[in-house]
Amino acid sequence: MALSVDEAVPGPASDPTPHARRRTGGGSRARAVIEGGLLLLLAVAMLFPVLWMVETSIKDGRDVYAVPAQFIGFDATLDHYRDVFVKPGGGRSDLSVAFLNSVIVAGASTALATLLGVPAAWAYSRFTLKAKKDQLFFILSTRFMPPVVVVIPIFLMYRDLGLINTKLGLVLIYTAFNVPFTIWMMKGFIDEVPAEYEDAAMLDGYSRFQAFYKVTLPLLVPGIAATAVFALIFSWNEFVFAIFLTSSSDVRTAPPAIAGLIGGTTVDWGLVAASAVVFALPVLVFTYLVRKHLVAGVTLGAVRR
Amino acid sequence: MTSTLETPEQEATVSPPAPGRLSRLGDRWLAIGFISPAMLLLLAMSVFPLLWALYLSFTDYSAARDVPASFVGFDNYAEVLTSSQVRQRALTTLIYVVGAVGLQTVLGFSIAYLISRRTRGRGALTTMFLVPMMLSPIVVGLFWRFMLDTQFGVVNSLLGSLGLGQVEWLTQQRTAMLSLVVVDTWQWTPFIMLIALAGLTAVPKYLYEAAAIDRASEWFRFRYITLPLVWPLLLIAVMFRAIEAFRQFDTVYILTNGGPGVSTETLSFHVYKVAFLGFDTGTASAYGILMVLVVIVLAQFYLRYLNKLKEG
Repeated sequence: MALSVDEAVPGPASDPTPHARRRTGGGSRARAVIEGGLLLLLAVAMLFPVLWMVETSIKDGRDVYAVPAQFIGFDATLDHYRDVFVKPGGGRSDLSVAFLNSVIVAGASTALATLLGVPAAWAYSRFTLKAKKDQLFFILSTRFMPPVVVVIPIFLMYRDLGLINTKLGLVLIYTAFNVPFTIWMMKGFIDEVPAEYEDAAMLDGYSRFQAFYKVTLPLLVPGIAATAVFALIFSWNEFVFAIFLTSSSDVRTAPPAIAGLIGGTTVDWGLVAASAVVFALPVLVFTYLVRKHLVAGVTLGAVRR
Repeated sequence: MTSTLETPEQEATVSPPAPGRLSRLGDRWLAIGFISPAMLLLLAMSVFPLLWALYLSFTDYSAARDVPASFVGFDNYAEVLTSSQVRQRALTTLIYVVGAVGLQTVLGFSIAYLISRRTRGRGALTTMFLVPMMLSPIVVGLFWRFMLDTQFGVVNSLLGSLGLGQVEWLTQQRTAMLSLVVVDTWQWTPFIMLIALAGLTAVPKYLYEAAAIDRASEWFRFRYITLPLVWPLLLIAVMFRAIEAFRQFDTVYILTNGGPGVSTETLSFHVYKVAFLGFDTGTASAYGILMVLVVIVLAQFYLRYLNKLKEG
């Protein structure tokens, strides 16, 4: 598989494809314009819902429900954003607590998954183990289980262990679904670091562990960072476990809290939009940071060069 | 980098060789020590719960009652497999998965192909297209629910300005399923596009150059160079999406809540209702185990194929 991930995803397209360069006649130029126009149209269609969400979040209450919909010339306000963080009567809103919980849960589970996953990935990369391929496939397949099915026994298990409605419970289950991803993703990065570096260090008197710790690990830092960012996004966006395993507003993470906004008879769509923007913004920033590894990231580390 | 590594290599000739057997034994312990914590967590949080579900699937246990479970054999499985309700949900799921993944594949590949033919602005375009994929299904579902609202939704408003009538997107049987497919397509077309683009950019340029020398037609180049080289990767993406769509729960929950009636209830959604609204834990476990079997079969295909692709 000669496949460069870096080439596939953004970054300046420096290499003009030869068949594009070859086309010179007026007909092909017209065609290029049509293709460009089509792409632009598709891009607008893809981005419109996001723009509409941002626009709704800054619209004044009445304009949100205006018929026909107002694209321009509405009264702009930041009230909805204030409502996301501040209670109507003052003090912290339930949503801001939920965002804080999300940060804690996503952060802790990512740290744990990295701590458990990176050494395991290194061991899988470096040693010949019994049924290594089967083990790796088993690890990945745990990630494919339908969450609604897994949550039934997890719910019963947590009820017996007193982990229902606790952040620790969420951290554990998120760690469990980020570990397979971390192992697969990191194994790819570690395979790229020649094992000879470690052999050389060991000849220099390092133990195997020291060679890993002092020689390979520093080289893996960018890969670990990218992997952790993906794990962070997965935990941040997760909904099924969050809604079934937590109930009180001081434990709940942001996704069920935001979903809870549409539970009542009247829905404040301005507030929903503002909280969705606040929720999505860090994800988009992080995605931009790891854009070079997106192919591997979104396929759980299975597809790479 | 090289400078730090040359030193030990040069010294290699002078220093005594590493004690072979001892270090190999040490390696073994190191490997076990490094792998077992991760494995133990997976066993505790993934395998054990599944085994528990397997046990429960043979009992009449209910999470709401405080009565010990009694063994009922294969009754739950028989109930699930013969239920016409389940068969209907399976059909709904099939329509949803085939419709959404099919649409995404066609759209995603087309966009990737168009982008790969461009000389300028590729990076910016790709980044723009990728946004929906990274959003939480919750955010996506909520937002489409707002946009598809019959009275003040922007979609109906746009249709109105085109002189078309109002459509009850989420509250009519046929359009509800269509909406679900459209929303999933909107979110996951970028996924197929991203992977197809990775395949398209990896096609060696000299193949096109050789084809140009032979004055091969554009269709010929697409059919005999581009497609065969991108196909394996595209298939991986499609299988991955099919598994994901099969286990999808969030979008249905937010967008339609299974309704109107049960017209958009997928298997994932139905199993939730049996387990958490009906508290029929035993039956739900059997149901879940059967779903897991489907996923395992799909995942096996996926992994086998992936393995073949990696070795080939």
